[in-house]
Amino acid sequence: MADIHMSAAEAAQIKTSARHGWLLSLPALVVLAAAAVGPLLIVVVYSFLEAGKHGNVVGNFSTDGWRGILWTKDIFTDSYVLADAHLTIFWRSIKLSFLTTMTTFVVGFPTAWFIATRPPKARALWLFLITIPFWTNLLIRTYAINEVIRAEGLLNLALMKVGVISEPLKLIYTDIAVFVGMTYVYLPLMVLPLFAAIDRFDLRLLEAGYDLYASRWQVLRRIVLPIVKPGIIAGSILVFVPSLGAYVTPRVLGGGKQMMIGNLIELQFLAGKNWPLGAALSMTLLVVVTIALLFYVRAANGEKSHG
Amino acid sequence: MTAKNAIEARNVVKAFGQGDTAVRALDDVSVEIRQGEFFTLLGPSGCGKTTLLRLIAGFEMPTDGLILLDGQDITYLPPNKRPVNTVFQSYALFPHLTVAQNISFGLEMMGKPRAEIAARTEKMLALVKLEAMAGRKTSQLSGGQQQRVALARALAPQPKVLLLDEPLSALDLKLRQAMQIELKRLQQETGITFVFVTHDQEEALTMSDRIGVMSNGKLQQVGTAKEIYTTPKNRFVASFIGETNFLAAKADGTKARLASGDMVDLAVPVSGDVTLTVRPEQVRLASANEPGALPATITNLVYFGTDTHVHLALSDGTEVTARVQSPATGDAGLEKGAKAAIRFAPGAVQVVGD
Amino acid sequence: MAERRFSATRLPGFATIAMLAFLALYIPILTLVVYSFNSEVTMGNWGDLTLAWYGKAWANADVKDATLRSLTIAGLAAVISTTLATMAALGTTRRRAFKGQTFIYVMINQPLMVPEIVTAVALMILFGLIKTVTGVHGLGYLVLAHSAFCIPFAYLPIRARLEGMDLTLETAAADLYASAWATFRRVTLPILMPGVIAGAMLAFVVSLDDVVITEFVKSAGQDTLPTYMLGQMRRQLTPEINAISTGLLLVTVAMLTAFFLLTRKND
Repeated sequence: MADIHMSAAEAAQIKTSARHGWLLSLPALVVLAAAAVGPLLIVVVYSFLEAGKHGNVVGNFSTDGWRGILWTKDIFTDSYVLADAHLTIFWRSIKLSFLTTMTTFVVGFPTAWFIATRPPKARALWLFLITIPFWTNLLIRTYAINEVIRAEGLLNLALMKVGVISEPLKLIYTDIAVFVGMTYVYLPLMVLPLFAAIDRFDLRLLEAGYDLYASRWQVLRRIVLPIVKPGIIAGSILVFVPSLGAYVTPRVLGGGKQMMIGNLIELQFLAGKNWPLGAALSMTLLVVVTIALLFYVRAANGEKSHG
Repeated sequence: MTAKNAIEARNVVKAFGQGDTAVRALDDVSVEIRQGEFFTLLGPSGCGKTTLLRLIAGFEMPTDGLILLDGQDITYLPPNKRPVNTVFQSYALFPHLTVAQNISFGLEMMGKPRAEIAARTEKMLALVKLEAMAGRKTSQLSGGQQQRVALARALAPQPKVLLLDEPLSALDLKLRQAMQIELKRLQQETGITFVFVTHDQEEALTMSDRIGVMSNGKLQQVGTAKEIYTTPKNRFVASFIGETNFLAAKADGTKARLASGDMVDLAVPVSGDVTLTVRPEQVRLASANEPGALPATITNLVYFGTDTHVHLALSDGTEVTARVQSPATGDAGLEKGAKAAIRFAPGAVQVVGD
Repeated sequence: MAERRFSATRLPGFATIAMLAFLALYIPILTLVVYSFNSEVTMGNWGDLTLAWYGKAWANADVKDATLRSLTIAGLAAVISTTLATMAALGTTRRRAFKGQTFIYVMINQPLMVPEIVTAVALMILFGLIKTVTGVHGLGYLVLAHSAFCIPFAYLPIRARLEGMDLTLETAAADLYASAWATFRRVTLPILMPGVIAGAMLAFVVSLDDVVITEFVKSAGQDTLPTYMLGQMRRQLTPEINAISTGLLLVTVAMLTAFFLLTRKND
């Protein structure tokens, strides 16, 4: 039975410890509140204001910003119609994010498995090799893909040289280009949490599975995947969330034609001159992402029962 | 009529590494394990016993030599194709499955019909007395219970041979002793050939039909517990199993002269420089004028309750240890420094090789 | 056909896919690097090996300006965020869980959980307001923004190192009459140092690489290297971009190597 009667000295010590914890964390919290969390509140406010004639906002309350997400005012009939352009963009964002997540998983899982099953010295090297692209500037990586798939890029040059095609493939500025770009850029984000989960996995369980007549496929499906599930979920979230909010990759590889939510948001603050709409879109994106994160937390905690 | 051996290893070599730095975990090991017997591989860590077990299971393949199961060559068969199951030292229970699901895993992989799987799983749960835990996750069980699940899981597919890799080493003494009895009973009940690996010689002596003593990748001796204990083949076996005295001597027929000048009788004639071994309990305290008594001085006494170890020195200083029953209360005790004499029980003196 | 070796960890096809993945990850980057040495502008023609583009980039006043600004911001942000993160790590680990600790933890990791575009837009609006009201411009806004999102990146390796520290060391110091401050200065901090440096380097790299937030927060003419490059991508591309990219890449690799060496498990 736990002793629930602490001495007064112990209780005071715990209180001091908590106070120190808060004091030490305070500076970081202040900076984060000022430049990360706090500004979000302003966005919420702006989403409920009226758009100014030349951008920015006017101080009147309005729900036009939120309504603008799905409907636009038809300039001829002055009524609200579904904003097809927006819907296309939302659909593209969701579609590409899902595709990217799945592709990075299919490619990333064997990669993570490979790294995790190397002998320790080699494993450090492979980890280093997968981390370099991870920390390389996003812009550089997106540009690198551009260099490969554009009309005079590496891929077309190689294919034409070999004689497979006679004219360059129009890959750049398509959905495919953005998809390839995002998969390329986010692959390390899937591999690393998968690696962490597989690294913790007790490899002797594999021997036990084979000892009990499982085939290699059964071992993968019935033993490995269920146990590394938290890693799979983590990797999926780490890819899906940035994919949904992608800005640089669709801008460089989509060329302004294949917009995703991020680009649509930017547009409202530039030519679109609709700051409230931009604010509303930002908040919507944030809400969707937060829901996905909560889903992850719940799924991850649900796995704790058989850690 | 010779029944086929359950397991036979022929000239098995397992080397790790290349060239000059290659280490031979198994160096030309041959052993025959009979159907239905409880066979133990005994030796210190690093002797190769676990390596041999893994070769039988199929997790490793030998550098040279053959492994036969029921007369069939299974040397290069993958483990999921061998009708052999393993109880792992760390149990290796699947954490994401319940106790019942762990036990039925092998049967599922074999594609057995659902009804049969359910029936056998129930039987196994009853066998290890874990019916109440069927639906629990394995992490919620105690060490002893986990061990029984590992056992049930390996027995469920009714393998031809069951391999046990130091399965009791993680249990405390009382539990271990209970499990030793349990395992012996199970083996006799199911009639399955058990190959048991341990470094604990007492465990090996109490449970096994036959023991294979290993050291440095080589099989030193195979025999029943009694054979190994009373007639050890070499120095290693003599000193690994129980305690023993080693005496250097010059032999001539059935008599040998010790360095102290005393003469002892040998059971088997031999000649030349030899090493003799005598178990402490075969060393009797005698009176100085008995025939064949060797004069000695008591150098130390260690009281063990029922036994007393008497450390003696012969006339030239050679150390001998005797194990005697502790003197009853009222009898004259033994004293450090006192003069005494010892005698070896007839036939107890063995000649050992190196 | 007998399989000479059984490997429990081998899954069919996995090694192939892994190798292809590594190839796919590196070919584009290597292409970029290789073509930075091409004297011809288009990829189809291979001219001579040259460092001309590096020279051009180096001579480019805009590039110099942007590089200097990037390094300044990254340096300041790394120092600020690492200091704050170290304090926060000390405050949130190795003590009894107190009320609100989860809140602190969530706040610290918040930049990792919010899409960059949302933060970028929010900061643009907030800082835009402050700029109009106070009339104060300058690098401070960027430094503040970078410091904020660098905190979680500095925090993680420091916390990991702190949690891995042997508690008995500090107990031993106390046993030898050290005060709390002396223990921190002479025992905790020195042992923590590799984690702190690792965190600082991570923060530096993250700040150096940032595109989205910087793009939205900067005023006109306040380009960092990534935003300069982003601007260039709207126009005719020359291998000068390749040269700049290769330069940035080298810095990243150098920092990463140092990071890996610092966080190796053996000390």
